[in-house]
Amino acid sequence: MTVVIGFEGSANKIGVGIIRDGEVLSNPRRTYITPPGQGFLPSDTARHHRAVVLTVLKEALDQAGLQPADIDCVAYTKPGMGAPLVTVALVARTVAQLWGKPLLGVNHCIGHIEMGRLITRANNPTVLYVSGGNTQVIAYSERRYRIFGETIDIAVGNCLDRFARVLKQISNDPSPGYNIEQMAKGSQYVELPYTVKGMDVSFSGILSYIEEAAHRLLTSDQCTAEDLCFSLQWQETLFSMLVEITERAMAHCGSQEVLIVGGVGNLRLQEMMAVMCEERGAKLFATDEFCIDNGAMIAQAGWEMFRSGQVTELEDSWVTQYRTDEVEVTWRP
Amino acid sequence: MAVPEFLSTAELLKQGAEARVYRAQFLGKPAIVKERFPKRYRHSVLDEKLTHRRTVQEVRSILRCRKAGIPAPVVYFVDYTSNCIFMEEILRSTTVRDHIVGAQQSDAGNDVELRLLAQRVGQTLAKMHDEDVIHGDLTTSNMLLRRGPQDKESELVLIDFGLSYISALPEDKGVDLYVLEKAFLSTHPNTELVFEELLKSYAASSKRSPAVIKKLEEVRLRGRKRSMVG
Repeated sequence: MTVVIGFEGSANKIGVGIIRDGEVLSNPRRTYITPPGQGFLPSDTARHHRAVVLTVLKEALDQAGLQPADIDCVAYTKPGMGAPLVTVALVARTVAQLWGKPLLGVNHCIGHIEMGRLITRANNPTVLYVSGGNTQVIAYSERRYRIFGETIDIAVGNCLDRFARVLKQISNDPSPGYNIEQMAKGSQYVELPYTVKGMDVSFSGILSYIEEAAHRLLTSDQCTAEDLCFSLQWQETLFSMLVEITERAMAHCGSQEVLIVGGVGNLRLQEMMAVMCEERGAKLFATDEFCIDNGAMIAQAGWEMFRSGQVTELEDSWVTQYRTDEVEVTWRP
Repeated sequence: MAVPEFLSTAELLKQGAEARVYRAQFLGKPAIVKERFPKRYRHSVLDEKLTHRRTVQEVRSILRCRKAGIPAPVVYFVDYTSNCIFMEEILRSTTVRDHIVGAQQSDAGNDVELRLLAQRVGQTLAKMHDEDVIHGDLTTSNMLLRRGPQDKESELVLIDFGLSYISALPEDKGVDLYVLEKAFLSTHPNTELVFEELLKSYAASSKRSPAVIKKLEEVRLRGRKRSMVG
């Protein structure tokens, strides 16, 4: 039996999860919510995480009914936003030393992928990773998660968040993307730029366009805020682009499975992806609640890495920015 | 005979990302039919617009390339009602992708051969960009090697111009190369040197390449590609 505790806090969520051989024993989480019209700043986010991290840690142990002695390995997330990352790494380092357990730095994206594989039992899927900071189409080959397509500028979640700030009335609780989805009940399709470049996408032009057009269209009553939400997210532009690059990567790799991970993987995106999969006889896997950043996903990837013999020495436990495809996958054939 | 009726008797070769590809005879010639069928996951207005635009773009870019002497399939017939393009079947050909995979598996002397191929791809793309054609979806699956009669050197044929457009901007050409670079290196592990050779020959083949290569370097660093926040 191997028990791994995982610390996540690379953005506005702070979570601690415990995994025992594929079973999620606990996975408590807190989210730093900012007022409508505002994003989360690194230093404020770190302050939030510092204030609650020990409470969340205690909850994780209590809910799992475990003592520190029962833990085999302490995993923590990287990369991400600097200040919150440092906070989480500090706590992980401290408890690892207090408890005398090995420490393990886990790639955030690989956490998403391994959690998705665990929950859905997808074997070798093409992965669409969509969140506030990332938009990547990933497939596994020869010991790496290789990035086939990605955004060449901002992430899809970032585009949605910043659009929410343009409209100002959209709440950040639980996330702007969720509330855009709820508001996307418009029916009028507003034409927006559509930018697919091979297996890559670009969102910055769409954002500039809608930032400029939103004010003009809304004040002249040419469309409603609901129409814009609908056009931007639902069926329309952003999600169509994501489904399209996923399909391109599948056709290119000859893959018949898709896994959606990351906080933007909402129901509408899953629905559209399912239609695409049906058209080409492929299978869709989605993870719902485990899509959003959480501690268990770090624990799960940590579990795989630890079992294949990886640990991070204390002096190497700094946090840095690095890419998904830089990690050697030692736990998959 | 209407096109959909015609296709019902044709042989379906594969379903790509945006079209079904059939093999058929067109006025006695071996032909490939590319049918852009409606994508039900996206809004019908958007879908119709994209489908029509891509059909037009594909044909335009193919013609422009062929006029400049860049090998691409001959277009026989276009039906804008069903969004079908009838074009020449590139006989006796393999994709560059399969070719590289095969060369990597067999060990003898492939290094030199792959570098020669990379040079040829670089030259062809430089020529295409000098015509201001942006391919938009450069991958090793979208390049074919047509074997010549007997020993003659095989010829590189570009296909799949669905995302192409016309632009003289170094930015667009740089992104075109960036898209290829990512597709190339993710599809073919450990080919960094081969791709370097490709870029070198691209740079040497076009007078306008310095601005493009500079943009390529910019695009690589752009946005959040280096970090993974969130």
